[in-house]
Amino acid sequence: MPETGSTTTDPVIAVRGATATLGARPVLRGIDLTVHRGEVAALLGANGSGKSTAVRSVIGQVPLTGGSVELFGTPLRRFRSWARIGYVPQRTTAAGGVPATIREVVTSGRLSRTKLGLLRRADRAAVDRAIELVGLADRAKDSVDALSGGQHQRVLIARALAAEPELLIMDEPMAGVDLASQEILAATLREQVAAGTTVLLVLHELGPLEPLIDRAIVLRDGCVMHDGPPPKALGQHALPGHDHVHPHAASEPVRTGLLS
Amino acid sequence: MEFLDPPFMQRALLAAVLVGVIAPSVGIYLVQRRQALMGDGIGHIAMTGVGLGFLLSTSPVWMATAVAVAGAVVMELIRWYGRTRGDIALAMLFYGGMAGGVLLINLSDTGSNANLTSYLFGSLSTVSSEDITSICVLAAFVLLVTLGLRRQLFAVSQDEEFARVTGLPVRALNLLVAVTAAVTVTVAMRVVGLLLVSALMVVPVAAAQQISRSFKVTFVLSVVIGTAVTLAGTVTSYYQDVPPGATIVLLAIAVFVALTLLAAPLARSRARRSEAASEECTLEVPATRPAPDELRV
Repeated sequence: MPETGSTTTDPVIAVRGATATLGARPVLRGIDLTVHRGEVAALLGANGSGKSTAVRSVIGQVPLTGGSVELFGTPLRRFRSWARIGYVPQRTTAAGGVPATIREVVTSGRLSRTKLGLLRRADRAAVDRAIELVGLADRAKDSVDALSGGQHQRVLIARALAAEPELLIMDEPMAGVDLASQEILAATLREQVAAGTTVLLVLHELGPLEPLIDRAIVLRDGCVMHDGPPPKALGQHALPGHDHVHPHAASEPVRTGLLS
Repeated sequence: MEFLDPPFMQRALLAAVLVGVIAPSVGIYLVQRRQALMGDGIGHIAMTGVGLGFLLSTSPVWMATAVAVAGAVVMELIRWYGRTRGDIALAMLFYGGMAGGVLLINLSDTGSNANLTSYLFGSLSTVSSEDITSICVLAAFVLLVTLGLRRQLFAVSQDEEFARVTGLPVRALNLLVAVTAAVTVTVAMRVVGLLLVSALMVVPVAAAQQISRSFKVTFVLSVVIGTAVTLAGTVTSYYQDVPPGATIVLLAIAVFVALTLLAAPLARSRARRSEAASEECTLEVPATRPAPDELRV
């Protein structure tokens, strides 16, 4: 079992009785979720179980109709230290409507650490380090348009790492990622966790990340069904609510456009 | 350089250069957000401002600026709140603005359809010294925003949700882009006209991104293209009896076509290079390899 000595501190994420609706449909029906410092927690569940809504409500991207969210002990409403959080949204691409290099996209993740968007030497170094962490150093000047699906995901993760966050929140970072990229992402994450980063991630299946994960929280129909160590002996296929989706199959309803 | 002698040409060229610089520098963020036609919509709304200016006998340029800014802000608000039928609301705004302009200008004593045409398609030769002053002030504002806040605007236009989670004031920045676009539309109104404004915001960017790989190069190149076509179009219209606005837009499209043809062989050679690079990558763990950075543009 992973050591739990450092998890006695204040929770990094504390969600209590969270409810949320999409239109008239309840998506979250009273969720409690606590993640402690240094923990790696995975949110699992079928499509429509509310796992994506749950992480997006943690960072204020989905309004809650009830309950509360605290980040680093501060109520979400008053939380301003966004540089402590690295967010990897659910995307199939890191590209926008205009060409941009990997370095340009990753640099936008560093803005939370800068004053008025001015980059100092330390900021540039952090951006380079983030790109190196995901194994794209030799392609930093390439356009993101020229990348494969897995490489897009690596760029999105580098962008989140550029701010050197204490808490990583990732929404399906393994969706559409080829095996080689999955291994690199797992290695990147391992390094971050070893350095003490707290991680909350949404996953379809544990996959290559399984050895890293301290806790699995399984959602079904907007309720927490399971909260505890991932049942390793049985493998991810035995998890309640597991649906067998291969990471490279594009069965996930894809959000169109970056602005939707 | 005989075309530099008449004062009206000096003013026309100055106005053309300023528009050539600022239109793509705002347009690039609209293209990045995949809202390339937003400038077109603002242009339609600005017509009501022109009509209002004639009706109230005030400066049509400043009135158009005020109405265009208000219209752009309303468009941003619709984007936030009216997610479901946002496009219908925008259509109402565009056509209402256009119809309002035609109606108001016919109601006024001084305005005529001939006047309206000069705003619809531009009239570079009638740019006055006062126009130049207001164009300079507005252009300075636009450049201050688009260059000074380029990193923030890039982040917001690339991925709005991510930008919110980095703590950027996304709503304020979006409003600023909308206002800046509205100001650009009214500045460019005299040069290419309200109906062709959007072309100058979008086509140089579209042309530049055919051969560029980075945002920075796209930005610089689109400004260079914008300036080149506005200058060339203005000079052409001095020697030949052609309308400058239409000439400028057609030149921009010609540049787009030329760069698109050039882009195919360029992309092939780049693909070959990156193929060679990825062959190396798969043989070892890239994270532990020092970056040779041998790729050049």
